[in-house]
Amino acid sequence: MKIDRRSFLSFVIGGAAGTALSPLPWKLTDDIAIWSQNWPWTPVPQKGEVSYLNSTCTLCPGGCGILVRKVGERVVKLEGMEGHPVNDGGLCTLGLAGTQLLYGPTRVKTPLKKVNGAWRKISWNAAIAEIVEKLSDLRSKGLPHTVACISGSDRGTVPELFNRFLTVYGSPNFMRTSSIQDSYELTLFLTQGVRAMAGFDVANADFILSFGSGLIEGWESPVYMFRAKSTLRENGGRMDQIEPRLSKTAAKSDKWIAISPGTEGALALGLAHVIIKEKLYNKKFVDTYTSGFEAHKKLVIDGYPPDIVSKITGVDTATITALAKDFARARKPLAICGRGKGYIPGSLQEFLAIHTLNALVGNINQTGGIWAVPEPDYISWPEVEMDKIASNGLQQERVDGAGSKAYPYARYLLGRLPEVINSSQDSPIQVLFVTTANPMYAMPDTQAVAKAFEKIPFVVSFSSFLDETAVNADLILPNHVFLERYEDVPAAHGFPKPIIGLARPVIEPLFNTQHSGDVIIQIANELGGPIADAFPWDSYDACLEETLADKWDALVEDGYWSDEVFSAADWSTAFETDSAKFEFTNEDIESLPRYNPLKAKGDEAHYPLVLIPYDSMRLASGHIGSPPFLIKSVEDYILTANDVLVEVNPATANEYGLKDGKYAFLRTPKGNARVKVRVFDGIMPGLVAIPRGLGHTAFGRFLAGKGVHYNALIGPVEDPASGHDAAWGIRAKLSKT
Amino acid sequence: MEKENSKKFGMVIDLDKCTGCGSCMVACMAENNIPFREDETDKLLSVSWMHVYRLTNVKPFPDTEECYLPRPCQHCEGHHGHSPCVSVCPATATDYDMDTGIVSQIYTRCFGCRYCMAACPYHVRQFNWWDPLWPDGMEKSLNPNVSVRMRGVVEKCSFCIHRYQLAKDQAYMEGRREIEEDEYQTACTQACPAGAITFGDLNNPKHAVYQMVKPDKKNGGKPKNPKAFRLLERLGTNAKVYYLSSREWVRRAGDNYLKTEGQAKHA
Repeated sequence: MKIDRRSFLSFVIGGAAGTALSPLPWKLTDDIAIWSQNWPWTPVPQKGEVSYLNSTCTLCPGGCGILVRKVGERVVKLEGMEGHPVNDGGLCTLGLAGTQLLYGPTRVKTPLKKVNGAWRKISWNAAIAEIVEKLSDLRSKGLPHTVACISGSDRGTVPELFNRFLTVYGSPNFMRTSSIQDSYELTLFLTQGVRAMAGFDVANADFILSFGSGLIEGWESPVYMFRAKSTLRENGGRMDQIEPRLSKTAAKSDKWIAISPGTEGALALGLAHVIIKEKLYNKKFVDTYTSGFEAHKKLVIDGYPPDIVSKITGVDTATITALAKDFARARKPLAICGRGKGYIPGSLQEFLAIHTLNALVGNINQTGGIWAVPEPDYISWPEVEMDKIASNGLQQERVDGAGSKAYPYARYLLGRLPEVINSSQDSPIQVLFVTTANPMYAMPDTQAVAKAFEKIPFVVSFSSFLDETAVNADLILPNHVFLERYEDVPAAHGFPKPIIGLARPVIEPLFNTQHSGDVIIQIANELGGPIADAFPWDSYDACLEETLADKWDALVEDGYWSDEVFSAADWSTAFETDSAKFEFTNEDIESLPRYNPLKAKGDEAHYPLVLIPYDSMRLASGHIGSPPFLIKSVEDYILTANDVLVEVNPATANEYGLKDGKYAFLRTPKGNARVKVRVFDGIMPGLVAIPRGLGHTAFGRFLAGKGVHYNALIGPVEDPASGHDAAWGIRAKLSKT
Repeated sequence: MEKENSKKFGMVIDLDKCTGCGSCMVACMAENNIPFREDETDKLLSVSWMHVYRLTNVKPFPDTEECYLPRPCQHCEGHHGHSPCVSVCPATATDYDMDTGIVSQIYTRCFGCRYCMAACPYHVRQFNWWDPLWPDGMEKSLNPNVSVRMRGVVEKCSFCIHRYQLAKDQAYMEGRREIEEDEYQTACTQACPAGAITFGDLNNPKHAVYQMVKPDKKNGGKPKNPKAFRLLERLGTNAKVYYLSSREWVRRAGDNYLKTEGQAKHA
């Protein structure tokens, strides 16, 4: 048979049609689908009995109640606890990704000791023996005060155990990581005479005036603030955001007022000027329950008329006047401050300026106002008995200078530590404990911090994760993660009522870790004498149960204890100042350097722009590094591959020839980095904005090496009034590569 | 065909409340065993059933405004269940369930042709270009109620249908035929810290979602709520995810309007 063109085509087309009509292709694709889907490396989650256990999240100071879903012995998911006073069912990104921290590859699985620059596994006994030897040695030399501790908190049993240990050992150098807590505590102390925590009744306010606070970016207790903001909205309340950049908080506000960064305090004083001049302040409160009003009045009337304030802040006078009037006329106005998530303490005078606005409208301790929430007082351990070495050690001045003549009001000044160490010949600290903190990442001027830590002969990290500080430590004594241990969570930051949460073990510890509370008790016992006597408990759990006493059962049952009927003290009894009134100003405040907007470091000729940081709920920027789910959720206009995008206004981009999406070189007096440019309308001209929480060197391949670390580009600026870090940015240069 | 007592699960997302925090995304990832890779910054390749978009009014400083828009699968009903994706799937791997109004995705049937991805106007569908791998030990956090997808298949938001099945099982065990509104909620709804997401049966007048977007019979069944709109309404996808916004430009951003078109109707 001759194969001509016609028969060939008939054969091919007929064959194709025949095959298509037969079940063959469908059967084959189905088989291929099934065959290609049965790979042994695709995991099949094991089934098991489902159970829910209540606990408290300790990943940030927010104090959210969580419900842990377990399948068999596996922790499968963390969810918000419904009915919990702080978060009522909601949970933030970090909490939701908590299982990835438990099972993730960045856990420290056993005690580690650094030998010639490499990690070597070591037994718990050997590790503790090593510390005990070092500590005994220092004590016998009469140098107990050269031992210090950096802790993420100073409240609750674990930080108190560390503090107690230092005290009875003979060191005054317990340091809490700094945040706006420091500034709010000082503000309440100076104006109201109370040692208290600031609580914000955001939900019941009807006008929130936020001076840069990231109310929906993780400020104070994040989920509580989210919920409160939604309630404010439902009630028809208003929220204005004063900030140089269109943050998410600004975007979700009724009004975004762009302001030159660092001048927020001046604006507050300008608003006070209008409120006082127009006699819009709360007369009942000001006349009866305050003192120092006349002096404050003189200060703002003479120094801060709208035209001058407008020049300082860049906000026009009409806006200033209207804002002041709206604020004062609202029924329940509330002014808040502390930029972004509030990790930088900020300028004390700025806090005072903004807090006095609250006093002018009379919302102190009122519904919808700012409350002085008493510090938790459930820990009442017997006084320690100190020997001579300890009392001598405690006589020494704190290494960070807190409480000294120069810094009389600050309780802790961790921010000063690197400079103090770097400027002395030998490190004034010989042994440093670091617990629930990651100072080598979280403190400004990473290079200086690294240099300082290098000088400390012996750094002990109690971290559960191989974070930046742990990597550079000499010994790691890994703590259980929060899902494996008991711990009290003594307060929820910014929450207006006293509340205690209980984190509890929902799973047996996965690795060879130990509770830091137990480790401290054990070290104390081995040191013996009065130190051992100060720790009469068999274990941390026993200590916790005994300490919480009558609250224990409720905590185990419900996961939290809260004082539901608490209301802040009445004006007649609220103030413990000399005048028993709210003091706009007094001798102590007068003795502080006056308010002056703090400038960004660096000279303008070399660095024409100003770099400011911003926060995001999708990037953890505290002592915990973002787990994979968080990094996955980061927007592609913040991070692309391993490059961070910095935001500049189109006008600024034009001026410096910068193109959207293109590389640029970012230089500051403290460091430099290659970044990509994002041209963004929501930022003031002349600024460059960079997100916090990137540029990790630790925490494994899902986080390390992504983006640039803001703290590597800036340095601290000491607040002349408090000694705390008040840097809100730094001068910078951005140029084409 | 739709039965008399059939349900129509839907979602109302209040964009005035949404803060763009991303909790819905992470809650979804944790609930639904979403895989993750080292670099997830190419969002066209990144698998995430819920995605929060950023909208802007495109005005220069200082009049710039932003809004955040969480986008799960819209579970389009189309006309009589002809959702864009269902209509094109050659493997019947995706289907519109008349009893619940949920668009399903059966991974073992999918052979990865990705027609559905092309057909979906909302980019809710994602393809598994890589084997899903969990670093050692991390597979312990996988949820047994949701199967792990393999390389080569398409996946998308299921409205956490496993939670519906669990709730129904529970109800039947207790001798009930119907479940309560709060017994079936998606992971994103539950996690949202701002309370921006409401989930329920759009056919049930007792449910919050029904009340929020109550249909106006005189206006072709469109919601009476002037703040309500759906994405790309004019394509006729008949989606079951409604959005609320008090801002006109946000509502307009929900569809492709010509510049010359007058003020948009509250679609």
